[in-house]
Amino acid sequence: MKKTYDVEVDCANCAAKMEEAVQKTAGVKDASLSFMTLKLKVEFEDGADEKAVMKEALKNCRKIEDDCEILF
Amino acid sequence: MNRKQKKTLYRILGSLAMLAVIIPLCHFFAFPAPLEFILYVPPYLLVGGDILRKAGKGIKNRQVFDENFLMAVATLGAIGLGEYTEGVAVMLFYQIGELFQSVAVGRSRKSITALMDIRPDYANVIRDGQIEKTDPEEVAVGTVIVVNPGEKIPIDGVVVEGSAALNTGALTGESLPRDVSIGDEVISGCISMNGRLMIKTTKKFGDSTVSLILDLVENSAMKKSRSENFITKFARYYTPAVCFGALALAVLPPVIRLFLSADPNWGTWIFRALTFLVISCPCALVISIPLSFFGGIGCASSNGILVKGSNYLEALSKAGYMVFDKTGTLTKGEFEVAQIFTAEGVTKEELLEAAAYAESSSSHPISVSLRSAYGKLIDQARLGAIEEKAGRGVSAEVDGRTVLAGNLRLMEESGVRVSAEHNEGTVCYVAADGCYLGCILIADAVKPTAVRALAELKRRGIRKNVMLTGDGEQTAAMVARELGIDEFHSGLFPNDKVALVEQLLEQKNEKETLAFVGDGINDAPVLSRADIGIAMGAMGSDAAMEAADIVLMDDDPAKIALAMRIAAKTLSIVRENIVFALGVKACCLILGALGYADMWLAIFADVGVMVLAVANAARALTIRA
Repeated sequence: MKKTYDVEVDCANCAAKMEEAVQKTAGVKDASLSFMTLKLKVEFEDGADEKAVMKEALKNCRKIEDDCEILF
Repeated sequence: MNRKQKKTLYRILGSLAMLAVIIPLCHFFAFPAPLEFILYVPPYLLVGGDILRKAGKGIKNRQVFDENFLMAVATLGAIGLGEYTEGVAVMLFYQIGELFQSVAVGRSRKSITALMDIRPDYANVIRDGQIEKTDPEEVAVGTVIVVNPGEKIPIDGVVVEGSAALNTGALTGESLPRDVSIGDEVISGCISMNGRLMIKTTKKFGDSTVSLILDLVENSAMKKSRSENFITKFARYYTPAVCFGALALAVLPPVIRLFLSADPNWGTWIFRALTFLVISCPCALVISIPLSFFGGIGCASSNGILVKGSNYLEALSKAGYMVFDKTGTLTKGEFEVAQIFTAEGVTKEELLEAAAYAESSSSHPISVSLRSAYGKLIDQARLGAIEEKAGRGVSAEVDGRTVLAGNLRLMEESGVRVSAEHNEGTVCYVAADGCYLGCILIADAVKPTAVRALAELKRRGIRKNVMLTGDGEQTAAMVARELGIDEFHSGLFPNDKVALVEQLLEQKNEKETLAFVGDGINDAPVLSRADIGIAMGAMGSDAAMEAADIVLMDDDPAKIALAMRIAAKTLSIVRENIVFALGVKACCLILGALGYADMWLAIFADVGVMVLAVANAARALTIRA
C-alpha cells in the first residue's frame, strides 16, 4: 500500500532527516519526502496499520525536527 | 509570507529595535559587565529563544549535531566570551537568513507550481435545467458538463454539442489551437477559446489527463537524482565532522601551546572554533540541489515535457546514444504523396485525377493519400465498374477509359510499358487504356522539425543516433538519409527492437546513457528497457504516460532537443551550486581556522551562500525554449 501525505517542514536538511526517520519507522517499507512539493510518500509493509504507523513516524520525526507536521 | 514567517519577522524587528537602543547606551556609558550582560539578554532571547529550545530538545532526543545546536553553541559561546553584541547579532542574522530562505523557497515553490497549474477548480453540471458548479471529483462518468469560452475542460470526454478552438498550451506548451466539434474526444486541461461546449465525460476526474499529469509531476520530486542523494549523504557526515573539527580547533592548539609553555590563548581559539561552527551549516547545499532540479522539471512541464523524476533529467543530460522509432516519431505516420513522375505529354493534375478516381472506393492508406493530394470531390457519375486486383492494385472505368493503378506487377501483367522504375517507398503506377501515364511516389513524410532537432541533439552530446523501423530497407534508407541518421535497422518486429536496444546498451560506454524515443503505444517494452524511455504524442494516452520516463505531450521532435537542453542546463546549475557552496564554505572554514574570518564573514558563508545558491537554482525555471 502506498499513500501520500502533506508535510509541513521549514528546512531542506530537516526534510532529509525526516525522510530517514520515516524510513526507519516499523511498518514502513519505503518513504520519500520531497521538500519542494512538501509531500511524503510512504509505502507500507503488508498488513501494517496505516494510522498507527504514521503516528509512530510523526513521533520519530518530531524527535529530530520539533515543529514539523505530517497531515494524515 | 505565511503566519510563521511573519512572526519571525516581528521577532527580528523587535530584537533589532532593542539593539538600536542598547548598543549606543553601552557605547556611551561604560556599564559593568554583569549589567551589560543583562541588557543583552532580552533581544537575544526574543530572536533566538526558539533556536535554544530546539537545540535543547535536540540534545534530549540525542540529535545533537543540527543547525540549532551549532547556532546555540556559537552564540552562547560568543556571549560567554564577553562578545555580547556579536553573539546577539549572529543569532539575529541567522534568523534573517532563515527567514529569507524560507520566503525565497516558498516563492520558487509557488512559481513552479503555478507553471504546472492545470488543476480545474470546478465543473459545470446541468441539474434541473440549471447550470451548477460542482467539484470535478464528484462528477460521474457519462455526465454532460458545460464548458464556457475561457474555461478549462475539467474532465476527459466527448463533445456532444457545440464546437470550439481549444488552447492546449497548458498541456503541450504549443500555442496553436486545435479545433473540435461534435463527436471529437477532448482531454481535460485544454481551454476553450471561443465556443461553448457540451461534453459527455468518459472518465472520472481521477483518471482524467489532468489528474494523471498532476500526479506524475508531483511524484517526480520523489525520484531523487544521484546528486541529491549525494548531498543528503554528504550532509549526514559533514555536520558531525565539522563539530569535531571545531572541538579540535578549540582544544588542540591551546594544549599544544601549553606544552610549548606559551600562553594558551583559550579565548582566541574557542572564538575561532565558534566561527567555524557558524560557517559550517550545510543548508545552502541541501536546499539548492533539489530546488534546481525541481525548477528544471517545472520548466520542462510548462513546455509540455513531463519528466518523471530528477534522476531522469540527470540521465538525459548524459545521453550519448539516442534510438528512435521511425513511424510516428521521426515521420508523421501518415502516407503522403511525395513525388509525381509523369510520362511525356501528361500533366501532374491529369495523373493525380486518374489515380484518385481509380482508387476512390478503397480505404487503404495509400488510396486516402492519393485522394487527399487530389483535393477535389470525386464525382461518382464519371466512375464505372471498379475491380480490385488483390496484391496488385485496381482497375476502374473512369470517363469510359480503363484506368489501372497499382504496382509494377499490375503494369507488367497488363502489358503496359513503364518508362522509368522507382524503387524507393511505395510507388503507384497509373495507366489508361493501356497507355502509361506516370507514377506517384507515396511515402511517410518526415516531420518538418525532425532534421533540425536531430542536428541539435548532435550538438548537445548525442554521439550516435539510431533509427529502428518495421518498414523495408529502401524506405528506411531514404528516411535515414534525409534525416542524417547514423545507423538504421529495418524490417524489425517489436521484439527485435528490444534485442537491438540491448545490443546498443552494451556497445555504449559506461558513463553515457541510452535514450529511446517512441510513440509509446507498442513500444512499452523498449521504453522500459532503455536508460531513458521517451514517449511522444502522449496527450491522452495513459499507456504511454505509464511506460515512459519522460513524456512529450505533443509529437514534435524539437521537444526532445529542448528536453536535452533543459537537462543540460539544470545539471550545470546543480554543479555550479555544489562547487560554489562547497568552495566558499571550504575557503571560509580555512580562513576561520586561521583566524582571518570574523563572525560577519561566517554569517555570509552561511546565509549569503545559501541565498545566492537559491537564486542560482531559480534560474532553472527560466530556461528558454
